[in-house]
Amino acid sequence: MNTKINFAGIEMKNPVTVASGTFGYGREYSQFFDLSKLGAVITKGTSLKPRSGNKPPRVCETSSGMLNSIGLQNPGVEFFAKYDLPFLRKYDTAIIVNACGSTIDEYVELCKILNTLDIDGVELNLSCPNVKAGCMAFGNTYEGVKQVTSEVRKVLDKPLIVKLTPNVTDIASIAKAVEDAGADGVSLINTLLGMKIDIDKKKPILANNTGGLSGPAIKPVAVRMVYQVAQAVNIPILGMGGIVNGEDAIEFMLAGANAISIGAGNFIDPYTSINTIDGIEKYMKKYNIKDVNEIVGKVEMN
Amino acid sequence: MAKKELAELIGKEQLKSDIFKITMKAPEIVKDAKPGHFIQVRVSEQVEPFLRRPISIYNMDKENGILEMIFQVKGKGTEILSKKEIGTKIDLLGPLGNREFRYDNFNNLAVIGGGIGVFPLYELAKSAKKDDKNVNIYLGFRSKEFVVLEDEFKKVADEFTLTTDDGSYAKEGFAITYLEKDIDEGKVDSIYACGPLPMLKAVQKLALEKDIPCQLSLEERMGCGVGVCLGCAVKKAGTPEDAPDYWHVCKAGPVFEAKEVEI
Repeated sequence: MNTKINFAGIEMKNPVTVASGTFGYGREYSQFFDLSKLGAVITKGTSLKPRSGNKPPRVCETSSGMLNSIGLQNPGVEFFAKYDLPFLRKYDTAIIVNACGSTIDEYVELCKILNTLDIDGVELNLSCPNVKAGCMAFGNTYEGVKQVTSEVRKVLDKPLIVKLTPNVTDIASIAKAVEDAGADGVSLINTLLGMKIDIDKKKPILANNTGGLSGPAIKPVAVRMVYQVAQAVNIPILGMGGIVNGEDAIEFMLAGANAISIGAGNFIDPYTSINTIDGIEKYMKKYNIKDVNEIVGKVEMN
Repeated sequence: MAKKELAELIGKEQLKSDIFKITMKAPEIVKDAKPGHFIQVRVSEQVEPFLRRPISIYNMDKENGILEMIFQVKGKGTEILSKKEIGTKIDLLGPLGNREFRYDNFNNLAVIGGGIGVFPLYELAKSAKKDDKNVNIYLGFRSKEFVVLEDEFKKVADEFTLTTDDGSYAKEGFAITYLEKDIDEGKVDSIYACGPLPMLKAVQKLALEKDIPCQLSLEERMGCGVGVCLGCAVKKAGTPEDAPDYWHVCKAGPVFEAKEVEI
């Protein structure tokens, strides 16, 4: 049975990765399992300079999911390179850095630095809904996505994946912008913008009022969008949004995802990613599938 | 080192209409747990309710691997937990938190708690008493009907003070009044507090004014409980309003020095 894949030029031992912002830089969950079992670790959104994030409350639970408005708190790329990268490199897994910025110049400067580091790829974050400048502001138009991605492409030789926001009218056209700008892959979906109100206080629970919705609640939206993007582009797709087990992962792969990410699913059980790998293998055995790549895009529409 | 453990529920007691004590066999977690640590409890095997519930450790019996937690039923998660039957396995993640209550360098400890914040203070008081510390306990409740664990705390206290805000039971007023008196009489080397925010703020202010080392056990809405999601932020003291910096309760706490947080 082959579970190995090559995603956008990145060799992975299996299609299971962990989503940005749900796995830190790997240290915390390494106390539960060997990170070498993962196809890849996608780091917390990392910026050129440290960011302190939004005011609390930053998270709250919703039906089969949660809202977050962390605001891209991170220690900056210099700190990552010095302290977190050497730690992650001890494991036999691909390292993909989620890169975020407020301006095109910031994205470019950051990716110039990332290009010099011992990492396997970059996931360009054009989709965080919780910061005032950059990110989703670029990510919700064809022109914005194409412009940032093209500028970054000029300075980045490593595999470039662009992470898309679902908070758009036509996700397929946005994915097309990624492909047209010369990126190697696309990942989706980031969180859906949401809000929860405390009815006693008559105020939103999150200090930032709105936040990004994740968890199983968003899975059907994510599967639909992965399918739509798969019809529109030829670059590989990293699918995510509410995956908590092997069955969920298979759904995304059938819809057209070449690889998948576990996001909020990590919070309910540190072993969700490991169990998902087992679940995919179980499905392969059940249907006598020799190569995991054979599952991708095999949905037969009615 | 945190672990995931399927702990058997071996006892359950309803202390008040909405307050439950659960007793579990969790030898792996108890082995490494210290006073002040907390546990992330998965209440459903499904994805609804979605997140784990952070609950503090009330009491441990290390020899027998017994873990006890007390919680208030506040929503659907804690309601499900309160209805678990004896013999069922509960999915726990713990012990969590990187800084527990610390008392090695002090001899005269003042332990102050309010309302449902008193629960994590029991293991602290018990453990400090066992280590031959002088432990004075001050507990405050709104009124008589909310008073819990009076006998339990009495047993692990050298001096015990109980107050109700309305005077319907024990001493009338706030527990902090009695703590302040004892500080002024030189009876207190360090303070340990857990409770509602107004109480914590008052204790923090008092401790800073009197220059007494003080540790606060904090709460904030939490996602993962292990330090990856960065949800449970609490402002670092002394960082500017327009450029604040944050600790995270699950990772830097849950027990903080009073001087290092703005609550």
